[in-house]
Amino acid sequence: MTSPASPAVDRIAPAVTHRTLTGTSNAADRLFRVVLTLAASAIPVLLGFLVYELYMGSRLAMGQFGFNFITDSIWDPVAEKFGAFPLIFGTLLSSFLALLIAVPLSLGVAVYITEFAPKFLRQPVAFVIELLAAIPSVVYGLWGIFVLIPFLRKFIFPALRAVFGFLPFFQGPIYGPSMLAASIILAIMIMPFIMSVAREVLLAVPDSQREASLALGATRWEAVISAIIPYARSGIFGAIILGLGRALGETMAVTMLIGNRHEIAASLFAPGYTMAAVIANEFSEAATDMHFSALTYVAFVLFALTILVNAAARLLIWRVARGAAIGSKAV
Amino acid sequence: MNRRVLRRWISNFMVGLMVVAVILAVLPLLFILFNLVLKGASSLSIDFFTKLPVPAGETGGGVAHAIVGTLLIVGLASLFGVPLGIGAGIYCAEYPGSRLTKVTRFVADVMNGTPSIVVGVFAWTWIVARQKHFSAVAGSAALAMLMIPMVMRTTEELIKLVPHSLREAGLALGYPRWRTSLSIILRTALPGIVTGSLLAVARIAGETAPLLFTALGSQYMNFNVNQPMAALPLVVFQYATGPYEEWHQLAWASALVLILVVFVLSVGARLATRRRFHA
Repeated sequence: MTSPASPAVDRIAPAVTHRTLTGTSNAADRLFRVVLTLAASAIPVLLGFLVYELYMGSRLAMGQFGFNFITDSIWDPVAEKFGAFPLIFGTLLSSFLALLIAVPLSLGVAVYITEFAPKFLRQPVAFVIELLAAIPSVVYGLWGIFVLIPFLRKFIFPALRAVFGFLPFFQGPIYGPSMLAASIILAIMIMPFIMSVAREVLLAVPDSQREASLALGATRWEAVISAIIPYARSGIFGAIILGLGRALGETMAVTMLIGNRHEIAASLFAPGYTMAAVIANEFSEAATDMHFSALTYVAFVLFALTILVNAAARLLIWRVARGAAIGSKAV
Repeated sequence: MNRRVLRRWISNFMVGLMVVAVILAVLPLLFILFNLVLKGASSLSIDFFTKLPVPAGETGGGVAHAIVGTLLIVGLASLFGVPLGIGAGIYCAEYPGSRLTKVTRFVADVMNGTPSIVVGVFAWTWIVARQKHFSAVAGSAALAMLMIPMVMRTTEELIKLVPHSLREAGLALGYPRWRTSLSIILRTALPGIVTGSLLAVARIAGETAPLLFTALGSQYMNFNVNQPMAALPLVVFQYATGPYEEWHQLAWASALVLILVVFVLSVGARLATRRRFHA
């Protein structure tokens, strides 16, 4: 595989002008560069400041609880005892369940609208998906409280209990606000994101990939599963991870639907809590320095967690993309 | 022969499953819009836009204070966020080889993935904790921080799309670099940058989490950005989780207005660029 000549030329061209330009810069050019440099360096400075402020804010709680903060389960602002394990667990579980629901559905939709849907439907559907991604979280929360929860409590939860009641996840009383309800609203919220990225990735798959597979006698489904999806897999991973990132930090809709209880229950019908939700609920009402500090510590852990997930995602995408490149060379 | 029939059946079955996925995924989303229009429109009235809230339990009243608040908070955030984002974007596109560009790009990605509630906590410790009172400024700071990476990435991408020959033409005519950048490159990319900025504004207009303990919310009409201020998303949250039926009505109506603002901004942004490109 040799790369075509023009991109290489494009890559060289700016560098050349860049060098010649810095050679002939005048005062106004220098001022221009200084102003832009200030704007560009403001971003790292802001993020550094954010990390510093979060660290300073949580130092009190860090000194008191150390790493036990992550493994302890008692959250008692009156006794000033704080442990975030149920929150971390709730964040991870709700995001995992949301992905479990959202990924198959949104990939199904993305594949359908890129590969199977009638042509006239594709553009409008893509447009609607983009719009849905713009709906604010608090609106999903409002809809969740007044439409989704009554519906789940009346139809879905009893049905789940009747069919899967032998599992510990689907036992116990049905309240309404619950881990499962929050996971479902999360799934609904992240679907537009996963769909729109997956759709773009699938559109980027060259037609030769489809045609080759169909010409070899594959059915249309076999073309999808054996030629199109493997080609697009790193982008699809990226779409899923983007959804995961959204789910981990999502605050308002979860706060409104999860029931806000500091405990870990086996049943998904029981209320839970997440890191983002506890900050949203308790921050403006915290009374003691230790309570503020513990909440800032939670924010710090949440921040660290999202960075870890994003870094892992990048690594994964990089690995997968490299794998795909090796595979295509072998062919 | 049998195998071929089986394979075709499997293919049809999987396509059927996809249609089910479309129905399962799109139905709730359509329902949200349907419910919003149905429940929100019935509570919309002139009073809703012009009156202040009435004491709990009474009917009537409006959210004029929150509409003003949202405009002020989002406007202030854009005042800082848009120029900073555009400036940083121009830098990254103009000096692609510099180390600062690499750092800024990486940090912008990290910031884009940072949950908005964490940014809210940052704005609290940075501004509210130091001033010792809640203020709209703190909320704007948090929102600005959320929009900077979005504006920056669009600016950079769009400037990179401008053909290099345009830059060379400018320089060949004797323009200094700054004029080439501002009056040729930036001007060519401007419609797209405006679209990107409007989309960023649309996204932060609906943000609630970073405002909860910065702008806090208020029951009064307030134009002083150094004081707590109401905002539409906060009103939706407070009224939706409150116990009164009248509040729930106002929450639906506020949500409808909020979503109309967001949609108009995002659709308008896209139409604006499309027309420019066709002309």
